Order: sequence, then C-alpha cells, then structure tokens
Amino acid sequence: MKKKFVLEGLGCANCAAKMEKAINELDGVKEATVNFMTQKLVIEGEDEKMPKIVQEAEKIVKKVESQVVMKKA
Amino acid sequence: MKKRLWRIIIGAIVFVAVIIINLDIKWLQVSLYVVSYIIVGGDVVLKAIRNIFKGKVFDESFLMSIATIGAFLIGEYPEGVAVMLFYQVGELFQSYAVDKSRKSIASLMDIRPDYANVKKGDELIKTDPDEVQIGDIIVIKAGERIPLDAKVIEGSSMIDNSALTGESVPLEIAVDSVVLSGCININGVITAEVTKDYGESTVSKILDLVENASNKKSKSEQFITKFARYYTPIVVVIAASLAIVPPLLIGGATFSEWIYRALAFLVVSCPCALVISIPLSFFGGIGGASRKGILVKGSNYLEALAQTEIVVFDKTGTLTKGVFNVQEIIPTGISKEELLELTAYAENYSNHPISTSLKRAYGKEIDNGRISDVEEISGLGVVAKVDGKKIMAGNIKLMNQMNIPFFKGELAGTVVHVAVDYIYSGYIVIADEVKVDSAKAIKELKAANIKHTVMLTGDNKIVASKVAKELGLDQVYSELLPSDKVEKMEEIFSQKSTKGKLAFVGDGINDAPVLARADIGIAMGGLGSDAAIEAADIVIMTDEPSKIVTAIKISKKTLKIAYQNIAFAIGIKVIVLILSALGITSMWAAIFADVGVTIIAILNAFRALNVRNL
Repeated sequence: MKKKFVLEGLGCANCAAKMEKAINELDGVKEATVNFMTQKLVIEGEDEKMPKIVQEAEKIVKKVESQVVMKKA
Repeated sequence: MKKRLWRIIIGAIVFVAVIIINLDIKWLQVSLYVVSYIIVGGDVVLKAIRNIFKGKVFDESFLMSIATIGAFLIGEYPEGVAVMLFYQVGELFQSYAVDKSRKSIASLMDIRPDYANVKKGDELIKTDPDEVQIGDIIVIKAGERIPLDAKVIEGSSMIDNSALTGESVPLEIAVDSVVLSGCININGVITAEVTKDYGESTVSKILDLVENASNKKSKSEQFITKFARYYTPIVVVIAASLAIVPPLLIGGATFSEWIYRALAFLVVSCPCALVISIPLSFFGGIGGASRKGILVKGSNYLEALAQTEIVVFDKTGTLTKGVFNVQEIIPTGISKEELLELTAYAENYSNHPISTSLKRAYGKEIDNGRISDVEEISGLGVVAKVDGKKIMAGNIKLMNQMNIPFFKGELAGTVVHVAVDYIYSGYIVIADEVKVDSAKAIKELKAANIKHTVMLTGDNKIVASKVAKELGLDQVYSELLPSDKVEKMEEIFSQKSTKGKLAFVGDGINDAPVLARADIGIAMGGLGSDAAIEAADIVIMTDEPSKIVTAIKISKKTLKIAYQNIAFAIGIKVIVLILSALGITSMWAAIFADVGVTIIAILNAFRALNVRNL
C-alpha cells in the first residue's frame, strides 16, 4: 500500500533527509521518500502495518522538525 | 517570514549601533550585545534547548547556539552576535529561495483546470472536473482550459497545447477530434463528450508525473545526504578535540585561543548549503524540461541522460512519420500525371494504406463513372478498366503472372508497377517519410558527444539502409521481429563503456520491453498516448526527435550546476576548516563561508530552471 502526505512547513533539506532515513528504518516500510522540494512524503509499506507506520512516521516528523504538520495528500 | 525579517533588521541596527558608539562602560556594552543577540537569535537558542529535551543533539540550532554562546563566554561578543545574525540571514534567504522555486515550478505546471461546463439539458453547470463522468457533455468556450480528455461533437476551433508540449503552433480541431485536458481553447466554442474521468485525464497524469519526479533521487543527491550524515558529527568531534587537546599538550597554548578556533569549526559544521542546492538544481532542471514539453520521471533519469553514449532509435513513428506517402513516380511511355491518375483510379475501391496514399498524392476528385470491372487480386494488386483501358497495378508477382516485363532494380519502399493494356508503363514508389527534424537531431546528437547512433526496424533492408544513410546513423539493424529487438539491444549494450548509458527512443507502442531494458527509455509523441507515458522514463510530448538533444543539454547543464555546487561548497568549507584550525582565519570568515556559500549555491541552482536557450 502506498500513502502520500504533505509535510507543511518543511524548511530544511537536511531534516528531510533525516526523516526519510528514519522512516525507512521503521518495521514494515518497503520504501519511503521525503521530497524536500514538493514537501511530500510517500510511504510504501505492508498493508496491515500501515496504521502503525503512519503513527510512527508522524512522531519522527515532529521530532526532527517540530513545526511541520503532516497532512494526508 | 516578515516577522523574522524585522527581528533581524532591528537586531542588526542595535548591533551596529553598539559597535559604532563603542561605549566605555563595559557592562553596558556587553548587555547591549546580549540584547541584540536575543533579538536576533533567541528563537534559535530556544529551539536548541527544546530539541535537547527531545533527545536531538546535533541539529543546526544546537550547533549555532553553542558556537555563539561559546564566543560570548570567551569574550568575543561581536563575533557571537554576528554569527547568529548571518546565520539567520542565511536561513531567511534559504526559505525565501526554496519558496520561490516551489512557486515558480507550480506556476510552470499551472495546467490544472478549475472547472468544467457540464451541459445538462439546456443548462450549463460549472462543475469540479473531479465530479464529471465519462460520457458527460461539456462545453468549452474561447479562452477556457479543456478540463478533461474529450471528443469534439460540435464546433471547431484552434487549441493551444503549449503548456503540455512547449509547441507554440496552435492545433486545429473539428468534430471528432480528440482534445486533451490542459490545452487552451483559443477561439471557437466547442461541445465535447468526455472520454476519460479526471484522474485518468492527460492533465492529472502529467501533473502527477512532474510532482513526483524528484522522489526518485539522483546519485549526487544520495551522495550529499550520505556526506551530510557523516560530515556534521566528524566536524563536531574535531572541534571538541581542538578545544581541549592542544591547550593540554602544547605549552603556552591557551584555552580561549583554541576554543575560538573550535567555535569557527562549529559555524561551518552545518551541511545545509549542500543538501539544499542539489535537489534544488534537479527540481529546476526537471521543471525547465517540462516547460519544453519533456517530462522526466525522476532526478536519476535526468542525471543518467548526461552520460548517454549510445542512442538507439526505433524507425517507424520515431525517426519517420509512420505515414505512407508517394515518394517517386517513374513513368515509361506516358507522363507522370497520367501514370498517377490511372493508378489512383484503378486503386480507388481499395482501402489498403498503399491505395490511400496514392489517392492522397493524386489529390483530385475521382469520377467513379470512369472506372469499371474492378478486380482486386489479394497479395498481388488490382486490375480495373479506366476510360476503357485495362490497368494493372500491383507488385512484381502481378507483373510476372501477367507476363509483363518490368523494371527490376532495387528500390527502397513499396513499389507499385503499372501496366496499361498489357504494356508496362512505369512504377510508383511509396514509402514512409522521415520526419523533418530527424537528420538535425542525429547531427546535434553527435555534436553533443553521443558516440553511437543506431536504428532498429522491422522494415526491409533496402528501406532501412536508405533511411539510415539519409539521416547519418552509424548502424542499422533491419528486418527485426519485435522479439529480436531486445536481443539486438543486448548486443549493442556490449559496445558501450561501463559508465556510459544507453538510451532507447521509441513511440511507446509495441516497444515496451526495449524501453524497459534500456538505461533510459524515451518515448516520443507522448501527448495523448498513455502507453508511452507509462512505459518510458522520459516522455517527449511532441514527436520531434530533436527534443532528445534538448533533454540531453538540460541534463548536462543541471548536472554541471549540481557538481559545481558540490565542489564549491565542500571546497570552501574544507579550506575554512583548515585555516581555522591553524588559527589563520576568524569566526567572521567562517560565518561568511557558511552563509555566503549557501546563498551562492542556491543562486547557482536557480540557473537550472532557465532552459530557454537549450
């Protein structure tokens, strides 16, 4: 399953890279990309683990850049 | 962003004022420095503290806070404030630049239709394109954007599809024409039946493609993110040891001197200039390419394109128009016009592509009354009476069967031999025509350092080598079945160097396996062809082969900018690091190196968007 999110307020390219790395290390994630320029996060992961993945991803995003709001695209 | 700007300006004024006035009262001066520091960088320090509680230590606000507070502690007040001030200016510029580039790409891709005029009875209802169904009737007025892919059922007009193709010549449309979403209706009012829902329409597909293009990261971007991951901790560790080790080991070395050098390290420890300028360059390159009607599906493909060594073309529909046309009329004993007229008449009742091209070449109304006794002989040709004369038009086999001696030379194309009343009267050669800019494309490819150009075709050898010679291709493989093409590709692969890339250019129809096998699959004439958009890595919306050259040029320019930024940013940082360690330079230089490099790298990245002259 593929899910897309908008990361509103994503301001630092290095932070985007950090988020991408951390989300890719989550259990059940096949591939995650954070696109700094379009402020988009795409997560491809196992269907049944998806709700948990999204929850964890949101935590990661907040931890790296607290002002970023993660919204469904 | 405005608030931040004001804070920076007020802080800067206070800071400059303190320096100029140069108060004699030490404590007052220091506290004024502290005030300006808090105005300029209070938020950075707060963020750093908050992040520490969240378990995040080595982020840039932390490093900047340490560097500036450290400067204060060793009594270097102006440095402390200045570093924070310039850091903030750099940050502001960065977010402004990114914002600007996001907006300029968004406006470039401003092809999203806002509404559709759906016809319900006699009424026109403005509807969200998302809610329009297949089969609905829509009306597009002059100046409006076509909201969904549709087929014209009433009216005629000119449409401008430059937003999709980069092609500025308007297209004429009439009843039964297919119109694509995203194009603009220039003059007439047209009524059309929707053929695809919004999600499947051309406009959605293109937007989706361009927006997601930078998800596929280029190698240089991956390199930089990896570099950044190690760079910051290493610089911080060196800074720490620089502050502690020399004063302990070297006699006469003071802590304040070495801490100062270490703080300069922290100032340049942030890799942001690098990390931001690479995706920014590629984003610009992809955006610029799409303005030219070239859709690149990923930064990685744009990067690979610059390393292209071999370009393999499919013939029909790619280098040639894929439409049969009369090429040569060689009469014997009668005039050219007569030969064409008689043949067109004889072939009048046939629907074969050959007959169609003959009738098109003749160009005049055909008077059916002059034709009688038509007999089509499958696989051979036609025999018919025109004005009472017996006309035979067909291939070699027909001439042989009728025992008519004919011209036996080698000819490139399909040949129709004609006999009038059993007397050989000449032949007409029909062939696929090469596109106007094919030869130019091959020439420019060679000028752009492409080592080898190859053509694959299912067509016969004579036709293939004629086209190859005309266009100046290096190599040609003919009479290939679709399955042979992949095999030939493997063979061509062995000719390239390990670093070089092989690009295949096709029309996206029937060549999906070859497109997939190539390092870079390029599909031509993507506008309106879902198959092409689906299968390829790079889609050229028009059917001009010369756009491949443009794409390669854009790729090379983008890559050059990205490499310049990498070399420049890393180079300056390393130099400043070395100079700081030796104590030759100051924190001032360090902050200029950091912010200055960021600003220059970003400005440089912006150049990638400009593709007007490519």
